[in-house]
Amino acid sequence: MHDSNLYRYILSLGDNSMILGHRLSELCGHGPTLETDIALTNISLDLFGEVRNYFQYAAKVKADGSTEDDIAHQRGSRAFYNLILLEQPNTNFAYVIARQFLFDVFHKLNLQALTKSTDKQLSAIAVKSLKEATYHVRFSSDWVKRLGDGTEESRAKMQGAIDDLYPFTGELLRPSKIEEEAYKEGYGTDIFAIKDSYVQEVQRILAEAKLTIPTSPYRFAKGKEGFHTEYLDYILQDFQYMQKTYPNMQW
Amino acid sequence: MIIDLKHTIPAEIFDLLAKVTDPEIPVLSIIDLGVVHQVEVTQNEVYIELMPTYTGCPAMDVMQEDIVKAFEGSNYSVQVQLILSPAWTSDRISQKGKAALKAYGVAPPVETTADKAALLEGANIIACTNCGSQHTQLVSQFGSTACKALFKCLDCLEPFDYFKCLK
Ligand SMILES: [Zn+2]
Repeated sequence: MHDSNLYRYILSLGDNSMILGHRLSELCGHGPTLETDIALTNISLDLFGEVRNYFQYAAKVKADGSTEDDIAHQRGSRAFYNLILLEQPNTNFAYVIARQFLFDVFHKLNLQALTKSTDKQLSAIAVKSLKEATYHVRFSSDWVKRLGDGTEESRAKMQGAIDDLYPFTGELLRPSKIEEEAYKEGYGTDIFAIKDSYVQEVQRILAEAKLTIPTSPYRFAKGKEGFHTEYLDYILQDFQYMQKTYPNMQW
Repeated sequence: MIIDLKHTIPAEIFDLLAKVTDPEIPVLSIIDLGVVHQVEVTQNEVYIELMPTYTGCPAMDVMQEDIVKAFEGSNYSVQVQLILSPAWTSDRISQKGKAALKAYGVAPPVETTADKAALLEGANIIACTNCGSQHTQLVSQFGSTACKALFKCLDCLEPFDYFKCLK
């Protein structure tokens, strides 16, 4: 049976938080300082809390007996709708912060818009997660400024990470077919309406951090339609290992 | 709106709920934490709506199990439902709860504007739970659990947790 657009839209919201949450979980115990380690792990936990809400709801919408765990563990990479930006690796701390910042600004704006969804459950999840996303964007913006306006070395690393990752943001600002239909139906957000605020906010923080705004063109990316980089397969291999090895095992 | 549970549900049920505490802050009952939204009693069936503090907080699962355990051996069968709407805010922590937090060594949440000043601008507003000094500094917006930020006192030099304002 063909999955409904609502179902796929819920997955696309959840997949972003799941993949970023997983990337952050890889840093647990490996953060550059104890405080940043705890912070990144906390953010990961918030994201997984949000994912559970989305996937529990998706399971209800699908109504074929699947659970939140099936949705997380039994899909292949082609059935994931997350942004390419979020599967990029933890190259160094500057990359972790740049990826987080470029998503957090979008995440907050998108959740703000989603609170007005005609779908009561999506709106409730957005109200709840927005409070947490507000703390996340404070954290990542603060670090962009500290590293950008820091030492020569920290500035060079932060600029390098922004130069590399900024071109992926084109994907966040261009609605996928799933998002277009979701907006038309009233339960999704209008990506075009978020675009200007996103660009302005990102540029404002980068300017405050004394970083140069990249002028390179946006990169071709279709993660939201299920076309991913090789990185996602490695993430899923790790994430889904137990269920793939012992199908339907219970903890 | 916070429902006054003490005066709207049978005392026996209220007392059972008041014995369940936050597993990470054992001095704080779920009543004082304000996570019990609504309790419906029909004959010997109790339906409880629980509001998560933070969405990913693993303590929520434990609280649900602890509620079920608390009712074992009572005359009631209990059903616990996690609800997202209305969302929990730190305003729901009772005065008694705030006092218990402070005595436990966790600075209770202050109002939104002060919270913002303390966490963003580094203003000295959150008093040290050890010596009471307001000469304190934010170490990290994220502390030992999802609900807390980490501070240190610049006078007695002790680190302490601050329960973040969430609205
Ligand atoms: Zn002190």
